[in-house]
Amino acid sequence: MRFLISALTIACLTFGAQAQDKTITIASTTSTQDSGLFNHLLPAFKAKTGIDVKVIAQGTGQALDTARRGDADVVFVHAKSAEEKFLAEGFGVKRFDVMYNDFVLVGPASDPAGIKGSKDIVGSLKAVQAKAAPFVSRGDKSGTHLAELALWKDAGLDPAGAKADWYKEIGQGMGAALNTAKAMGAYVLSDRGTWISFKGKDGLIIAVEGDTKLFNQYGVMLVNPAKHPHVKADLGQAFVDYVISAEGQKVIADYKIEGQQLFFPNAGK
Amino acid sequence: MMEGSGALQLVLSGDPALYAVVRLSLVVSLSAVAVAALIGMPLGGLIALTRFPGRAGVIVLLNAFMGLPPVVVGLAVFLLLSRSGPLGAWGLLFTPTAMVMAQAVLITPIIAALTRQSVEDLWSEYRDELNAMGVGPFQRLLTLLYDARIALVTVLLAGFGRAAAEVGAVMIVGGNINGFTRVMTTAIALETSKGDLPLAMGLGLILIIIVFAMNASAWGLRLYAERRIG
Amino acid sequence: MSDLPLSFSKVSYAVGATPILRDVDLVVRAGAPTFIIGPNGSGKSTLLRFAMGLIAPTSGMIDWNGSRDPAPRRRAIVFQHPVLLRRSVAANLTYALDQAGVEKSKQDGRCAQLLELVGLLDLADRPARRLSGGERQKLAFARALARTPELLILDEPTASLDPSATLALEQLITTAAREGIKILMASHDLGQVRRLAGDIVFLHRGRILEVASAKDFFEQPRSAQASAFLRGDLITED
Repeated sequence: MRFLISALTIACLTFGAQAQDKTITIASTTSTQDSGLFNHLLPAFKAKTGIDVKVIAQGTGQALDTARRGDADVVFVHAKSAEEKFLAEGFGVKRFDVMYNDFVLVGPASDPAGIKGSKDIVGSLKAVQAKAAPFVSRGDKSGTHLAELALWKDAGLDPAGAKADWYKEIGQGMGAALNTAKAMGAYVLSDRGTWISFKGKDGLIIAVEGDTKLFNQYGVMLVNPAKHPHVKADLGQAFVDYVISAEGQKVIADYKIEGQQLFFPNAGK
Repeated sequence: MMEGSGALQLVLSGDPALYAVVRLSLVVSLSAVAVAALIGMPLGGLIALTRFPGRAGVIVLLNAFMGLPPVVVGLAVFLLLSRSGPLGAWGLLFTPTAMVMAQAVLITPIIAALTRQSVEDLWSEYRDELNAMGVGPFQRLLTLLYDARIALVTVLLAGFGRAAAEVGAVMIVGGNINGFTRVMTTAIALETSKGDLPLAMGLGLILIIIVFAMNASAWGLRLYAERRIG
Repeated sequence: MSDLPLSFSKVSYAVGATPILRDVDLVVRAGAPTFIIGPNGSGKSTLLRFAMGLIAPTSGMIDWNGSRDPAPRRRAIVFQHPVLLRRSVAANLTYALDQAGVEKSKQDGRCAQLLELVGLLDLADRPARRLSGGERQKLAFARALARTPELLILDEPTASLDPSATLALEQLITTAAREGIKILMASHDLGQVRRLAGDIVFLHRGRILEVASAKDFFEQPRSAQASAFLRGDLITED
């Protein structure tokens, strides 16, 4: 019994200490978290404003749903059409472009579809389909997944609808998709940030990159306090203002892994 | 082995972020065990000692709930605590408190069901003596819970093992927030998804070592207590 | 509030279709120790459980000084294999004292007194479940005395004990009887019955065949079954 009471006491003390007022919750994507951008950006933001940020990293669709339910103050995601729908429903206040990176088509070093070095994503996807080469899809309504589906559509193909057996929807995050693609010798569409910081690259290569269709825009929105009155509008707005300010944009541009810049700020452009 | 040496380096490095994750895992799971014990032990004891219509059904249900899927529990607690849910005003989603709640829901049936079994076994042994002493119902419950204490330590341990090892519920209701709700299992899931398998494996080994150490010390306690209490 | 006299009227008990006791009429009054004797399976233990109020009869009724409430007031029982709590020797006693309604402030003193009486004072802090058979039985006896009983029921308490432990327990029983506690005890050790008994109740196949003073019973048993039992024969007739 004494043990129980002390355990409860420890719990109360711990959680009590962490209950701070200047804290906001951001629903964001696995790509921003897994790439390490937040570990770089948030300390700078905290130093400037004193605001703590809690990041829930989910797929874009799930992150927007989290915000719809009122469980986040700010969304920071990358699927423009889904974000505009969110705005139209009245859940967001205003959307701002923040930065972009690009997608790359990653594949096995053996390159069964013979597309290595191509700059034509549509043509390459057609080649993947023609060779029935294994392809891993996120299948989780994330920004990357939505972008992938849009690219298949541009190619006039619908492997998901056709339930092609070389097309695997795994319903998991970017890292898990890369792990799976590596294990299966499959192609997979990845954001460049996650790819660069991914630690298990051996056996995988970038097959296709540089196509303008692979452009990946990130946007930030304050969740509408009119819908969810408990949203910390002032603190959340401070974050939105910061990431689109000249200072915040520079911090984003400065984030590099192995000398490569991961995100290209383009707020207000 | 790459994984093994990575894990060892990790433990030896004394990384404060790592210790924060380990500490939160322990605090959350131990708190959940405490909450579940406060509810589950009296509940299990009560079911053991009372006869009421539908009792057999309750016992079957309780035993079945021992296998509740963590993800389902997590989802239910998530819907409850979400700002759009009935308890949304409490603002508990994505906090360690929410994680404690989810794990407590997960393991209360385990603790209640195992307590019921222990208390019922002990009651069949003690029944005549306690009745001969005129022990009333409430005192009976306390006596049996106290005298079953060695078995109940094992029951708590089973609850702790289940709570500390599960990932589904804490991921959903905690959100795996760095430095706030990230625990060992969600960190393992994250590092796996980032492709950092040695780090994930290292965290996994630490988790196993903790669970092993808890079990070993409980076993030692049990041996000691059996020698002392009989 | 007294538990004596204890009366059985037309008490029968069956488990399923098997009769254990049949039409038992018996009155237990204050006085010299009453012994329940009879072959194994004759229903001795069951009769004692009724006397204690631990089970209810299938038919007939039992009352304690006119009350049919089975809650124990001034009676206690010692089983052949007593169950001790998983606590220290002293804690087992204070538990019983507490249940008997003894004030907290008086429990320690009374506990020491009882331990002294049964010779377990040195073992007060020992875990009760680690005691030897004889020590356990003494603790169970002390625990029964903690209720300051008028009626002390003993169900073959020495059946699994060695002679010296048996002797120690018999001395405790004799002392208790001398202090006015009514002893109701089952035994199949005829030597022990001769040493301790005042009255005899002879039980055979769930029926009371004889109630007599010990002297009369041993000198001139009235039933053929009792004679056979005293001779040490196996009794086969009904």
